[in-house]
Amino acid sequence: MVPLSYYLALSVILFTLGVIGVLVRRNAIVIFMSLELMFNAANLAFIAFALHYQTLSGQIFVFFVMTVAAAEVAVGLALIVAIFRTKGSIDVDQVSSLKG
Amino acid sequence: MSGAVIFFLVLAVGAVAAAVGMLFSRNAVYSAIFLVFNFTTVAVLYLTLGAPFIALAQITVYAGAIMVLFLFVIMLLGAEKLSAHEPLAWQRPLSIGLGVLLLGEVVYLVAIQSGMTAPLPMMQGQFGGPVEVGLALFDRYLLPFEITSILLLVALVGAVVLTKVERIRPPRKEARTEIGEPRTVMSASAEQREPVTEIGPTSGETDVEITPPK
Repeated sequence: MVPLSYYLALSVILFTLGVIGVLVRRNAIVIFMSLELMFNAANLAFIAFALHYQTLSGQIFVFFVMTVAAAEVAVGLALIVAIFRTKGSIDVDQVSSLKG
Repeated sequence: MSGAVIFFLVLAVGAVAAAVGMLFSRNAVYSAIFLVFNFTTVAVLYLTLGAPFIALAQITVYAGAIMVLFLFVIMLLGAEKLSAHEPLAWQRPLSIGLGVLLLGEVVYLVAIQSGMTAPLPMMQGQFGGPVEVGLALFDRYLLPFEITSILLLVALVGAVVLTKVERIRPPRKEARTEIGEPRTVMSASAEQREPVTEIGPTSGETDVEITPPK
């Protein structure tokens, strides 16, 4: 069988790619997708540890993470639509009205 | 190298390639499709990790519902491409470099330094099946499960409130001067514009919709 560290390494790589996406991209929707990628990487680590320790709690936690992610996406996309109505763009560099 | 390791490596390479493709594709629709591919490969990994229920929930909830929502918003806004103008151009290579540095650190700490190189145990019996997960969910985790329903309800109401088109019901007689102000005006060109709403004296019953500035 595959060692646990392989799954952890994959999870870390996916999480870091999500972080890079949040840092690099300016499209607010792609930033949201990178957030989903980070959720996904954390879920993978949870599932791997659930099998490693032979307990279902990790899988249950992934279930809750999924529901929270669904709620977050609904509210976040609603925010993006509202920003687009106001600004006419979803470029996060242009959402700088609060800049000091 | 056993067959399981080769299978894992193929899936892992696919997932990482899909994530990289999501990051660096110009078009947001392509990013969404790459993300669907990533979610699917990770769902297959869940299957190999003894979590069939979570794997299928991943496909239906993530790759199905959430990505449909993303694609819907992308196509609704017509915002799949941004202008190539980059105001902070020097930050992009810096962020990529720092991200790679973070990757090296965390891979070293989590995967190598922690010493968890023992092979994972085989899944046994019904571990992770719908019956087991359902029993755990409605027995030991019943209260968090119920709180989840409240969370989803709040998100539903929040999404409806946030995307509601601003409608101003005209008042009966007084306060006529305040209703012409569009609330959402930000740009300078729109500030000099005439107020969008013109309320006639007989339009007491109709709703007036304020169109945001382009």
